Amino acid sequence: MIVVFVESWNNQFKKASFEAVSYARSWANTAGCGVRAITSASAENASQLAQYGADEIATLELAQTGAGIGAQLAGLVGDAQGVVVAGTAMGKIIAPTLAALTSGALSTNTTGTPKSTSPVVVERGAFSSKGIETISLNSGLPIISFVPNAIGIKEEAGAGVMTSVEASGADKLTTNDVSVASGKVALPEAEIVVSAGRGLKGPENWGMIEELADVLGAATACSKPVSDIGWRPHSEHVGQTGIQVNPNLYIAVGISGAIQHLAGVSASKTIVAINTDPEAPFFKAADYGIVGDAFEVVPQLIEELRAFKAAN
Amino acid sequence: MNILVCISHVPDTTAKINFTADGSALDPSGVQFVINPYDEFGLTKALHIKEAQGATITVLNVGGPETEPTLRKALAIGADQAVRINATPTDAITVAKSIKNHIQANAYDLIICGQESIDYNGQEVPAMVAAFLDLPFVNACVGLDINGGSATAKAEIDGGHASYSCSLPMVVGGKKGLVEEKDLRIPNMRGIMTARTKPLAVEEAEGGGHTAAVSFAKPAAKSAVKLVPADQVNELVRLLHEESKSI
Repeated sequence: MIVVFVESWNNQFKKASFEAVSYARSWANTAGCGVRAITSASAENASQLAQYGADEIATLELAQTGAGIGAQLAGLVGDAQGVVVAGTAMGKIIAPTLAALTSGALSTNTTGTPKSTSPVVVERGAFSSKGIETISLNSGLPIISFVPNAIGIKEEAGAGVMTSVEASGADKLTTNDVSVASGKVALPEAEIVVSAGRGLKGPENWGMIEELADVLGAATACSKPVSDIGWRPHSEHVGQTGIQVNPNLYIAVGISGAIQHLAGVSASKTIVAINTDPEAPFFKAADYGIVGDAFEVVPQLIEELRAFKAAN
Repeated sequence: MNILVCISHVPDTTAKINFTADGSALDPSGVQFVINPYDEFGLTKALHIKEAQGATITVLNVGGPETEPTLRKALAIGADQAVRINATPTDAITVAKSIKNHIQANAYDLIICGQESIDYNGQEVPAMVAAFLDLPFVNACVGLDINGGSATAKAEIDGGHASYSCSLPMVVGGKKGLVEEKDLRIPNMRGIMTARTKPLAVEEAEGGGHTAAVSFAKPAAKSAVKLVPADQVNELVRLLHEESKSI
């Protein structure tokens, strides 16, 4: 049995939640076993996980923090051949906690499904996307935390038998306050990211970047210098020491493309660079480029995309 | 107050990464090593706590003798003493066990790690240390206030922030925000001189390992960029739809 932890937020699944079930299904198919999904979503809502390959769906009351959930899961994976957790902010705490408590073998930042299953061998990002590590999970329960958007969602019917379980394990933190911006696409799991840098000349010029992001349903991001001087919040800083992203499309406006920035975005499937300087290093990392003034190109791009969206 | 700051010895952020000919490991030739940037924010935060309320700061690294200059640099920046656990850090759970053993043999009120190291990007060790010791853990920590025997911490979560409280001791996986970029310090001459005589102890490591690196490779090189004239933005939209199927 491959056990997959399926994250939900106020009884809503994220895209990475369904992807986690798809990941587990793919692994289980190679290993020749079933998939058990564990989630705190309501049974009614959780039943849809069968569409992505869950054979058993166990619902339970979960702790609030990643460390609390990791401790709970440790008591629920006794018969598992493997565990899958999406590499969300929460998953990045759950997976290592679970690995420590079960003396497991963990791969985080995993970018593909297992290449073999005995032992489990997977590829993961290392050196801030400047390298690809092939890692072998040799002894203990194999636990895989994958990068959201790495493999995508695939529909495949599972048996979908519903159960409810209980687990011990408690939070060691008191949660005082949680604030999540509504209506904005969260950067780490965004399919499209629109990012801008010092080429925009000042924080007052970000209106067109947000407009472009709106048209595309994209998340907004920025380069390190822009967050360091306070034009944009730290939480938007993409790069080696900021958030690492792997969207389907990354549009970089007025960012030169320093090696530290490229390290955070090079896993993107398609990269577009817009810059006045034809020698900007970003053009070496991009699939498409426009050498031109952002203040002329971006408004045109917004207009063209609106026309495209209206026609498609 | 006793603070432990765990630091990694990693290639500089501007380093070009190459692997050995057989692909088994990083090729360190020509690579400059530094204190992991995430850990540098943690070290500076520890210095702020020390200056505000008094503390002894121990810096710890799991690594071979070649990592000692990185520990000496942390001492020069202001840490009081250093510990090197003698092992090649190849497996997060083994590294975390070694750190756990050190913490159990010493009394720390606060353990600060960077949320991840920029070499293997595991983001595993801090949570594992907390789990082994049954201590409160805050990851992606961007704000920390210590009040006597308790702490409040601010963390980045997907799409927002959360605020937590707990009693000490605790483990923190920190990043920029613990302190700001402008707060980071470079060693001055006096710091470098005194660092030479500060204690640096070497301890033995926990053995074993649950995972092993099979090989390393560089990502496939991108093909040349397709440039679209600035007055034909519609062509870019067409390519994104028809060719790359991004929209």
